[in-house]
Amino acid sequence: MALNRKVGFFQGLRYQGGGPMFTWMLHRITGVAILVFVGLHVISSFFMQQTGSEAATFINSIYENWIFQIFVAFFVLFHALNGLRIAVLDLWPRFLTYQREALWLEWTIFVPVYGLTVFILVQRSLAGG
Amino acid sequence: MRVRSMQPSMSFEYIMWIFTRISGLAMIALAAIGMSGALLMGARTQMDLPTLLRWTFFPNPNHVVNSGIPDVAVGWATAYWQIMQMLIIFLATSHAFNGLRVVLEDFIGHSYLQPMLRGLIFLLWMFSLITAVYVILAS
Repeated sequence: MALNRKVGFFQGLRYQGGGPMFTWMLHRITGVAILVFVGLHVISSFFMQQTGSEAATFINSIYENWIFQIFVAFFVLFHALNGLRIAVLDLWPRFLTYQREALWLEWTIFVPVYGLTVFILVQRSLAGG
Repeated sequence: MRVRSMQPSMSFEYIMWIFTRISGLAMIALAAIGMSGALLMGARTQMDLPTLLRWTFFPNPNHVVNSGIPDVAVGWATAYWQIMQMLIIFLATSHAFNGLRVVLEDFIGHSYLQPMLRGLIFLLWMFSLITAVYVILAS
């Protein structure tokens, strides 16, 4: 059911969608990114377990790096919270009256939880954990 | 504005639209079950936070083997958690590959590439499911 859009990439970027469009874009980017790095992690874990491959062990050691974990925490937490908002609003459409408030609620939950996660990750890395 | 009630037809797109929402909510619930299960089994004193989160995403004993748990085989490697892992893997791979299909088909639209793309994504989905079930049963 894909629409046949006559809209170029840069023309699309100029569309003033505001906050909801920003979460829509982030949801797609984070979703595809999670698929890529979880898929890579499953394959590398499989080879690490079965053949003890050095390349697979190297890929898995990147996943344990705290800088990488700051990105993963953002991607997973945002995708989960935004998905929760989308699922609740889509399955119970009478709450769509409050969709602006839902967006604000999402960010007010996301910012402190993600901030705390980053704080713990940085503190552990500075402590040499 | 009057709200019209529409009866959507049971097309593939509609079923996958509902599945995406339900599986998303179910994965959040499964993560909550995994995390509370770990805390009930004593993770608060035996695990650090990253290990607890690894268990939350995928409750596999290999995921937590290098932490302070005395014996992973006791309590952590049971049929209950194997069923949980299979549920998570089935929901996550189906949700993810369907999402990839939706994103890609938004870009390519109706073209001769679409059936090939769907076939490729279907094969990748089957491959991931089989690999993951093998890892779950072998560990």
